Amino acid sequence: MGRKLLTEHINVEGIQTFDVYRKHGGYASVEKALKTMTPEEVVEEVKASGLRGRGGAGFPTGMKWSFLAKPEGKPRYLVCNADESEPGTFKDRYLMEKLPHLLIEGMITSSFALGARTSYIYIRGELLYVLRILEKAIAEAYANGFLGENILGSGYSLDLHVHPGGGAYICGEETALLESLEGKRGNPRNKPPFPAVWGLYGCPTVVNNVESIATVPWIVTNGAAEYAKIGVGRSTGTKLISAGGNINKPGVYEIELGVPVEEFIYSDEYCGGIWKGRDMKAVIAGGSSVPILPKELILKTAAGEDRLMTYESLSDGGFATGTMLGSGGFFVMDDQTCIVRHTWTLARFYHHESCGQCSPCREGTGWMEKVLHRIEYGHGQMHDIDLLVSVAKQIEGNTICPLGDAAAWPVAAAIRHFRDEFEWHVKHPERATAPGAVYNKADSVLA
Amino acid sequence: MDQTVENKKVEFSEGAMAEIRRYISHYPEGRQKSAILPILHIAQAEFGGWVSPEVMDKVAEILDIQPIEVYEVATFYTMFNLKPVGKHVLEVCRTGPCMLRGSDQLIEHLENRLGCKVGETSADGNFTLKTVECLASCGTGPMLQVREKFYENLDAASANQMLEDLKASTVRKPWEENY
Repeated sequence: MGRKLLTEHINVEGIQTFDVYRKHGGYASVEKALKTMTPEEVVEEVKASGLRGRGGAGFPTGMKWSFLAKPEGKPRYLVCNADESEPGTFKDRYLMEKLPHLLIEGMITSSFALGARTSYIYIRGELLYVLRILEKAIAEAYANGFLGENILGSGYSLDLHVHPGGGAYICGEETALLESLEGKRGNPRNKPPFPAVWGLYGCPTVVNNVESIATVPWIVTNGAAEYAKIGVGRSTGTKLISAGGNINKPGVYEIELGVPVEEFIYSDEYCGGIWKGRDMKAVIAGGSSVPILPKELILKTAAGEDRLMTYESLSDGGFATGTMLGSGGFFVMDDQTCIVRHTWTLARFYHHESCGQCSPCREGTGWMEKVLHRIEYGHGQMHDIDLLVSVAKQIEGNTICPLGDAAAWPVAAAIRHFRDEFEWHVKHPERATAPGAVYNKADSVLA
Repeated sequence: MDQTVENKKVEFSEGAMAEIRRYISHYPEGRQKSAILPILHIAQAEFGGWVSPEVMDKVAEILDIQPIEVYEVATFYTMFNLKPVGKHVLEVCRTGPCMLRGSDQLIEHLENRLGCKVGETSADGNFTLKTVECLASCGTGPMLQVREKFYENLDAASANQMLEDLKASTVRKPWEENY
């Protein structure tokens, strides 16, 4: 059993209430930070822990904090990115729903470290029911003196609000999120200036993922050194993995970074193996944006080493033979999955979610969806496969924000690893479009 | 089309206005525009599940901004219905992870059961069927959302039961008692 830093008490009855949460050690980091530490010491602690942004990019959180500009006379803001929308990812929703006070505790301690006097949790609009859970918990924190004026007599004051989005994946990108929080369309901003200098209302702002902020209390309470003992190399601590797809036990698992992928998929402690007694065809390990890998490459690196659940091991081999840990949205496809159809749903997703600001993404995502649709529905030509690769290449790196890359990678990777499946669709449209028909390797021999 | 007529005399109820004022108070002086999205959610709950141009104009008036600033936001974000809808809007997730767990079959089942296609409203006016992209419920697919509630791990039997329950239910607003 790995250690559980965030979710140890998640199933305790009543843990959503202030009293029960407090009884289980809750808000200890607020007391410790506000009474015995300076803001700089909290930042240093988070830096030393090696915590990396849990939203997907994996950028060191403490480093991000240390970039925050501190000009005279301007407020600073902490904004929590709870716009969890990356397909395959549902850990933040789980955490907020079950442990609302953990996020609030993290927001208070982190806001203190950054010198923010007003902080926001930007939650995706579809999760209004979670917003109500958070608002209830925030009201309890105010009533108990952990929010508002002069918290615990420390002289530090903080207001915390929850802000709902309106249904737009793009608002998970931090500058689009800030635009949205200002009441505008979610069009990402050009960077620089970065939010650390010019963020919410033109003020210095840090935007952090829910899980990153929820990890701060443990680090501050128990110390960075304790935290950094867990994990492997630069992948320190634990990570919440959203496990979905064709497995026996879908759900959110807190793992110590470094668990072998094979163990994660097949052990009863985690995914419990592939459903319906089937074999595994492929895995998307870090949310829909990261490259899909076939069974052989997700279990072992190209060099034959066991693949581990760490940032480094999953990206071993680059995009040729590796992938990314990303947001930890881990979904498994069984041998009855049609990779073409699955890739089409992802391309459709990105087309739907493109904000329309940059033409390579606005036009390219539409092209990819259309071409994949025609291959899936039996009207594809052989050159369509290369056309997809070419469109993906022309989007990648040519947009203001990373949504373009996120849209291009899944298509490029599906063709890289499953090209025979796309060719089979083109060569045998009548079989590819038959109900329930799925490509299997034997067909490629016949073809 | 009763709803259109109703929307002409756009006035928020006291309960809704209290919520609106609460949200506006969350943002700094002069930054009240930040409250557009929260208010559009309130408006959609208040006025039958969609927001008409008249409702958007009212939101602009409350926030003291130009109507175009509300239009451009309401049309960008996909949660706001810009046309009248049935009593309940079924929003079925169909992105990759849900597809792996049977969202295609769920959509087909609902179309047959309701006698309408995706994007349409059932003849009895009870249900509008919509498809949406990922709702962060990938471990419990196939699933769908109705207003603030998630219905997860659906199969034909539980989907039918859900439809019956919804048909018999009263739609309440978040600021009302017994919500």
